[in-house]
Amino acid sequence: MSQPTGPEAGAAIHLLTVLVSAALTDNILLTRFLGMCSFLAISRQMKAAAGLGLAVTFVTTITCAVNAAFYNLVLKPHGLESLQLILFIVVIAGFVQFLEMLIERVSLPLYYALGIFLPLITVNCAVLGAALFMTNRNYGVAEGLVFGFGSGAGWMLAIVLMAGIRERLKNAQIPPALEGPGITLIITGIIALGFVGFSGMVQP
Amino acid sequence: MPGTAAQAKKALVTELWDDNPIFRQVLGICSALAVTNLMFNTLLMCLGLIWATALTSATVSALRSYIPPRVRMIAQVLIIAAYVIVVDIVFRAQFPDVHRAIGPYVGLIITNCIIMGRAEAFAIKNPVLPSLLDGFGAALGYSGVLMLVALIREPLGFGTVFGLPLPAREAWWHSWTIMIMPPGAFFVLALIVWAARARAMRLDAAKKAKEPPK
Repeated sequence: MSQPTGPEAGAAIHLLTVLVSAALTDNILLTRFLGMCSFLAISRQMKAAAGLGLAVTFVTTITCAVNAAFYNLVLKPHGLESLQLILFIVVIAGFVQFLEMLIERVSLPLYYALGIFLPLITVNCAVLGAALFMTNRNYGVAEGLVFGFGSGAGWMLAIVLMAGIRERLKNAQIPPALEGPGITLIITGIIALGFVGFSGMVQP
Repeated sequence: MPGTAAQAKKALVTELWDDNPIFRQVLGICSALAVTNLMFNTLLMCLGLIWATALTSATVSALRSYIPPRVRMIAQVLIIAAYVIVVDIVFRAQFPDVHRAIGPYVGLIITNCIIMGRAEAFAIKNPVLPSLLDGFGAALGYSGVLMLVALIREPLGFGTVFGLPLPAREAWWHSWTIMIMPPGAFFVLALIVWAARARAMRLDAAKKAKEPPK
């Protein structure tokens, strides 16, 4: 393969920047605080955390691209940006519903494995948040797709890290009042401190 | 109707303190963490949230016999979205600076679990006035915690309260930058949850000790 040059290489590098910043430097959970409810509730076991993480990554990627397309091609030319909230929430709810029916038809074991997580995703603010931050930064469809994937992958990275730590916490002695959400928040803070170290990697 | 009034007051108090959404259930903390490094931004966010929660509860309650159970979730989401869009437009017109800083989080009021939680748990099966107060109380309790987090973070992080500098700040105060950054938010909220739970556990233990042994 020949070395990519010119504007194509520039576009590829731009997309890579969007990906890295969405997943690491602007991690949607650790620096934007989105998706905390399910993060606190589901991070007790690694298996569940990884399952939910995968589902969120998938849904965020697709809905960000669809939302970017609708936003840039339908709302923006008509000056209807204030309706973006309704559009996004309907697209997300509709897509999750569709996905649920599709998975039920195609693979029943997967349906039971994902069971409770799918409806949870509709109210996961990381999915809606990714769409809102995307329009905030004026991303197009390709950037939206990459940004959605990066955000979802970053969320999954955070919840899997947390599940790994919490599985080991079972044997730790924690003050009773700090158990559960309290200690999880403190650990999240420490992980977030670590992620602050990524902030020099991408020049905005 | 004294019964209704007492019921409404009970709904308000329960939500405000006993069942405070953040202390007890640790719900809806996304915005608790994101907007709380400046008190003024936090106050605006709280007003938006109180407006949306109270009116959504009232509307869901008023429409409760017309919404078919199968589509009630999507109906609730659309009602919430309508009120949040109003908040978004008002902020954009009146407080453009704040809107630039917290813009996306205003939209995220929609997915704040508290609004949907109150609509689903209370408003869908109760009359309008208690529902309005229930939503108002839940949002007010939530706002109280938000303001508390902001009251810790802004003075420590910037050396200001509501944008006003602490007296003679240059002489003795050195700002803790970490309080403005995300990790500071996690730590402050963790300490508040810890304190609230410790207090609740002590009260429970005291109540148990009073009861005669079986």
